[in-house]
Amino acid sequence: MTVGIVAFPGTNCEQDVAYALESLGAKTVTVWHRESSLDGLDAVVLPGGFAHGDYLRTGAIARFSPIMAAVEKLAAEGRPVLGICNGFQILCEAGLLPGALIANRDLKFICRPAHLRVESTDSILTRAATIGQVLTIPLNSYEGNYVPGPEAPNAVLRYCDPDGNVTEAANPNGSAEGIAGIANGAGTVAGLMPHPERAIEDFMASTDGRVLLESFIASVEATPAGVASG
Amino acid sequence: MKAVVTITRRQEIADPEGATIQRALVDLGYAEVDAVRVNRTVEVSMPGRDREYVLSAVRGMCEKMLANPVMEDFEIEILD
Repeated sequence: MTVGIVAFPGTNCEQDVAYALESLGAKTVTVWHRESSLDGLDAVVLPGGFAHGDYLRTGAIARFSPIMAAVEKLAAEGRPVLGICNGFQILCEAGLLPGALIANRDLKFICRPAHLRVESTDSILTRAATIGQVLTIPLNSYEGNYVPGPEAPNAVLRYCDPDGNVTEAANPNGSAEGIAGIANGAGTVAGLMPHPERAIEDFMASTDGRVLLESFIASVEATPAGVASG
Repeated sequence: MKAVVTITRRQEIADPEGATIQRALVDLGYAEVDAVRVNRTVEVSMPGRDREYVLSAVRGMCEKMLANPVMEDFEIEILD
């Protein structure tokens, strides 16, 4: 079982994601955005950073990098596709997840732990968690303000207070309905703004990122190997 | 030929940058300013092509990449 981690020019979290997934038992390989194939890989993560300088809109240029056709193919096969922070923005631009992400309500770059309430366990990101569970995971973004499209998104994580109450006061960036993470209808493509890979070791402020990455790894293991693509 | 694309965020979508500028303008003494929206312009140069070709091509660019249909509209002006 091997997870591809895509690096675009400007991606800066690919090593953190690789470290986190490998420490939890997965094999990973980093794939440069100019590649056109993810053949042989079981899942893919689009990590955080500032792909293509975030020019035009976050994710707007990355969405057309050659590797994205392979990401779309993997998603169409029902294999796990996870976007973290900038990766989430790219998945939205690519139309693999609904909606868009705009500048934070108060125009501040937010870099601090955020409390998240698990809203659904029917996704690759949350299957090992429990509904209502409150996780504390670092947020590190300027454009994390989620705007839904015409259809209601499948929210899997919402910003909340330490007791799990989803309130406007607990919403750090103005996201619609406090959304921090969503999935597609099948739960196989997911994206979130906070960084679970930064909350996995005892020396970190929290280890709550583990349950999300363990969910992802369990989902990869549970997804039957696809037909050899080609 | 040159095309000038103006990309605007739809009214129902928040514009935190515009709202921040509006507050600053009020602080500057322009108390009557009740709304500011920040738009983006993109100039696309396509030498040697006629107007219809450029308009069609730039419209395609807007639909695919320059504007995000979830939250933005666009207008294209062709300059000779």
